[in-house]
Amino acid sequence: MDILEILFGASFWAATVRIACPLLFATLGELICERAGVLNLGIEGIMTAGAMSGWLWVYQGGDLWGAVAFAACVGAAFGLLHAAFTVSLGLSQHVTGIGVTLLASSLAYFVVKMLLPESTTPPKIEPFAIWAVPVLADLPFVGSAFFRHTPLTYAAFLVVPLVAYVLYRTPWGLAVRIAGDNPVALEAQGIDVIRLRTLAVMLGSALMAVGGAYLTISAFDAFYFGMVNGRGWIAVALVVFASWRPGKALLGALLFAGLDAFQVRLQQQVGAFIPYQFFLMLPYVLSIVAMVIVARKAAYPKALLKPYRRGERL
Amino acid sequence: MRLELRESTPWWLALAAPVLAITLSLLLACVLIVWTGESVVAALRLMLTGAFGTTFAATETLARAIPLTLTGLAAGIAFRARFFNIGAEGQLYAGALAATAVGTGLVALPAPLMVTTLFVVGAAAGALALVPSWFLKTRLGVDEVVTTLLLNFVILLLVGYALEGPMKDPMAMGWPQSAPIVDAGLLPPLIERTRLHAGLWVAIGAAALLWLALRYSPFGFAVRALGLNADAARHAGIRPTRTLFGVALASGALAGMAGVSEVAGLKGYLTLDLSPGFGYTGIAVAMLADLHPLGIVLSAIFLAGITVGADSMSRALDVPSYIADVMVASAVLAVLVGLMLARYRVRRH
Amino acid sequence: MTSPVGPGGVPPDAGFEAASEPGPDSTVRPKSGRGSEQGSEPESRAGSAPPADAPVVLELRGITKRFGRVVANEDVSLTLARGEIVALLGENGAGKTTLMNVLFGHYRADAGSIDVYGEPFANHTPDDALAAGVGMVHQHFTLAEDLSVLDNVVLGTESLWQPFSRRGRARRRLARIVADTGLAVPLDAPVRTLSVGERQRVEILKALYRDVRILILDEPTAVLTPQEVDDLFERLRRMVADGLSIIVISHKLQEVLALGDRVVVLRGGRVVGTARTADVDRNALADMIVGRRIERPDAGAHDPGETLLEIVGGTVPGDGDAGGGARGRAIGSARSGARDTAPSGAREGVRGGKPRLDDVNLAVRARSIVGVAGVSGNGQEALAEVLSGLRTLDAGTLAIDGRMLRAPTPRALTRLGVARIPEDRHRHGVVGEMTLWENLALEESGTRPLWRAGLALDRSAARAHAERLLARFDVRASGVEQPAALLSGGNMQKLILARNLARAPRLILANQPTRGLDEGAIAAVHTELLAARDAGAGILLITEDLDELLRLADTVVVMHDGTLSAPRPAAGLDVRALGLAMTGAAA
Repeated sequence: MDILEILFGASFWAATVRIACPLLFATLGELICERAGVLNLGIEGIMTAGAMSGWLWVYQGGDLWGAVAFAACVGAAFGLLHAAFTVSLGLSQHVTGIGVTLLASSLAYFVVKMLLPESTTPPKIEPFAIWAVPVLADLPFVGSAFFRHTPLTYAAFLVVPLVAYVLYRTPWGLAVRIAGDNPVALEAQGIDVIRLRTLAVMLGSALMAVGGAYLTISAFDAFYFGMVNGRGWIAVALVVFASWRPGKALLGALLFAGLDAFQVRLQQQVGAFIPYQFFLMLPYVLSIVAMVIVARKAAYPKALLKPYRRGERL
Repeated sequence: MRLELRESTPWWLALAAPVLAITLSLLLACVLIVWTGESVVAALRLMLTGAFGTTFAATETLARAIPLTLTGLAAGIAFRARFFNIGAEGQLYAGALAATAVGTGLVALPAPLMVTTLFVVGAAAGALALVPSWFLKTRLGVDEVVTTLLLNFVILLLVGYALEGPMKDPMAMGWPQSAPIVDAGLLPPLIERTRLHAGLWVAIGAAALLWLALRYSPFGFAVRALGLNADAARHAGIRPTRTLFGVALASGALAGMAGVSEVAGLKGYLTLDLSPGFGYTGIAVAMLADLHPLGIVLSAIFLAGITVGADSMSRALDVPSYIADVMVASAVLAVLVGLMLARYRVRRH
Repeated sequence: MTSPVGPGGVPPDAGFEAASEPGPDSTVRPKSGRGSEQGSEPESRAGSAPPADAPVVLELRGITKRFGRVVANEDVSLTLARGEIVALLGENGAGKTTLMNVLFGHYRADAGSIDVYGEPFANHTPDDALAAGVGMVHQHFTLAEDLSVLDNVVLGTESLWQPFSRRGRARRRLARIVADTGLAVPLDAPVRTLSVGERQRVEILKALYRDVRILILDEPTAVLTPQEVDDLFERLRRMVADGLSIIVISHKLQEVLALGDRVVVLRGGRVVGTARTADVDRNALADMIVGRRIERPDAGAHDPGETLLEIVGGTVPGDGDAGGGARGRAIGSARSGARDTAPSGAREGVRGGKPRLDDVNLAVRARSIVGVAGVSGNGQEALAEVLSGLRTLDAGTLAIDGRMLRAPTPRALTRLGVARIPEDRHRHGVVGEMTLWENLALEESGTRPLWRAGLALDRSAARAHAERLLARFDVRASGVEQPAALLSGGNMQKLILARNLARAPRLILANQPTRGLDEGAIAAVHTELLAARDAGAGILLITEDLDELLRLADTVVVMHDGTLSAPRPAAGLDVRALGLAMTGAAA
């Protein structure tokens, strides 16, 4: 009875949409990197840096879309750093990713602590305001569930078909997909593998950072330490779950967000009997389950984790 | 750019890698210090004295090096086998949790036996925490990076539940912390009125044992071969699944022991902030030492020094202590380049 | 994880130590022995060469290329006229592929110049080469497996900045080229479903789609059956008649003489001779290629003994990892970043459903050699895996020395006296970053005498053991502490032989043991194998080199589509009939 109540409440669906957004940006970003053959474990740090950058831009007086652009640039910069190590030099993608995560998040915290050495509660900013889609927002149930969100939320969902189009219908997207399958094929057709992969990682990282910024300038209104809270790692799991396809990434993000939103509401109803920590565990456990489910048929991009060096034995 | 494997790496070149890393991270630190407006010289001097300047400072550094050595060893053996265990943080807490459950009055044993028991229990808990990821990787091909990472969060929440519930200390005035470890279970301090405790011997002993194992034992040989070329190792008769199981047990156990040493040596009871990221920093420790067990001890002391020094400096100057993490992160990245240069000759196209 | 950069360094002779697959008919040198001189002779080309005044479309002058201390090409000069087919001939390691890679822009020459259609070419990339009309069909196919034929062909032909892709137009154009040349392939099929011959067609289509005027083909017949070779040559001649100029790299004398107008012979990185194929003397050519008479050893007389290996009804199912238990598959290869250096045969088992090994019966006796002939991809991989302990039979029995084994591990097989020489020495044979002595101890892990009490490695004993083996097997290296990856292909193979033969094995599985090796190394390997046989071992030799097969084996079986033919004695065997049997036609 309670479960149905939850499912039929518009607020549940609205929350699902909101929770899905940072995951969507992050998953799509990681998806692009991995399709090109690069595992980007810097995602958690890049999201943190993106969150901080978005907040910082607004805090210093900038406008919200500028904040989005700034966060994207910061993300791309860390992506460039990651690619310099993993693509240009062919160094360990695992260790580089961990290094970038550490670097990006510690730099973010450093900047915040430097700007605001005294404050213990982070200062608030004015986040994106909800923009009701004309006409659609007035529909019963559906209106308040799906059409009363911030512009950045709509953007997150628009990015899905955009990424799909780029990957599957443009020459660049084709090259990216082949970079993750057999980079020698690119070289043989005259395409610079290093440049292509680097660009893909930068683009992916920019998306990740926007996902982080979503937390500070759309979902909440300030930057908290530890705010990303593992969403980056969850996104890595979701990419596997999505079989590296944007459409399935959307599905995965919504499914996950739905379960998360559900868990919060369930807590409110059943919280007396089960300690809240077990509810909080659910997202992480579910991510692992998601990976297990697709494990047998996981179609990893064949060139994932394999460095490519020009001029090496062909 | 082409890489040619060097025939051999002279010792000074091999050392160049971590030295390069440290230099670069110091440079980055200087840039940040300049940005804060403070004097670079003053800041660096405060860091140095804060880490090694007085006997007390030195003991603080060494005390912090203990868990870092153990998590460094945990990362070291795992990464050698290309089993990317990023879950040392969770395994540390698992070990701490187990030790606390047993050591707060569950059993009564004389001191040396009690301490040993706590370490055994903690090691077992840490190893157990890593086994699921091993299973998923070897049976189902699920990448261990994500599973170990995500389990960190799960274990931490479990500890949170325990500290607010069944293991909460009724006399702690509402703070979520456990009852104190019984006296028999505490690791004795090495120097009076300091926090440096006997866990140091455990850490050093573990490092020596791991070094011996890697160099001389069949298991160590198998681990190295597996990490360098899993296909050839398998073809030659090494059993990947079984070897990785040993690696998982060892790695998890070492991280678990780090947790025990913090609870039974440093703090005396369990709290949620027992570890400021030792599990993750352990990876940096291992990388800086090129996964060499004896080098890991030195690397741990060095990174402990950075953290303790930065803490101390940040109290005197307006430089956030996060500078230590920035240094560690940049050292990890720089050492990757350094190791490549030490091991390969770089050739033009 | 002591190497952040992935397993295996680059051997100093990188690039020209290409893994050439000797095919059905490598008649590179004069020899005594059985039947390999009546090869399948493709139709001769003499008489249709281009006129003497045809313009020169390509000129290489004094090309020199070094990899570390090794000189892959030294002062090589070459010209190509319009409508001409030039064959670049030489044994494995002569520098042919390196030269063409320099031309195509994969490598940069250390000295020399290149002119294409009169325009100088310098410091160029494959993109520049393609733009100038030079295309290359690589020996190891450069195709993305999970994408379609159309995708692979279109790649790189549209600007990466273009926000749309003109697929309809591309499809029509490609279809037209397919119709014109007869290189039929399904345009939308994923490449992984294609056979090797079809994949090669895709490679050629890629080049034709880009309007190349000069086409380089690197060992195009290595993975083809004799019939497919005839087919290919026919098509190439037609393309040349339409204005294309071709360079073919090959080490197969017979085919080269049939196809080419001119021959350029490379040896040790230098040009040692050129000739018009119409005028050339075969034997002189063969001598030019090898330089000195290296006789491959003769099998000699012997008498077979007891049965060492017996497989009855062995079956391994078709679908990837399902059933038949592939051990520890999650580790290694796909996930750990190990480089895939296996040759570009079509992946076994991907044709779905059909078993990779289908009711196979095989027996090997002591003091005898059983040769398994067949084009790569017909089940040899599965057979080798079963005998290596890397895969178990789904049905049927495996017995060694009369003892039934249900699911032997690699270690168990080694203990039973089975030596395994893997097909891909880099991937399965050695741990590149370990030293030579460690590699020699690799299969002994935990056993006496190298491990005292089975627990502690006796490093000095292991080193001494290695020194003895290196000397005995003539492995050229700078010392036992050298990383194995720095060994040349021949020396690496000798190292693997040393490791295996030092234990005086009873049964030897030799899988493509001389692939990619030069004549000297081949002779050394054959000598060792024959010596082992004389000492009492039984050998299962899987090879694509028919010459090697007919030289060494007493009994020949043919592998096709997962089934083994009945064994027949090698004496008096006809290569042509063998070639036919390899394609599945009843012999």
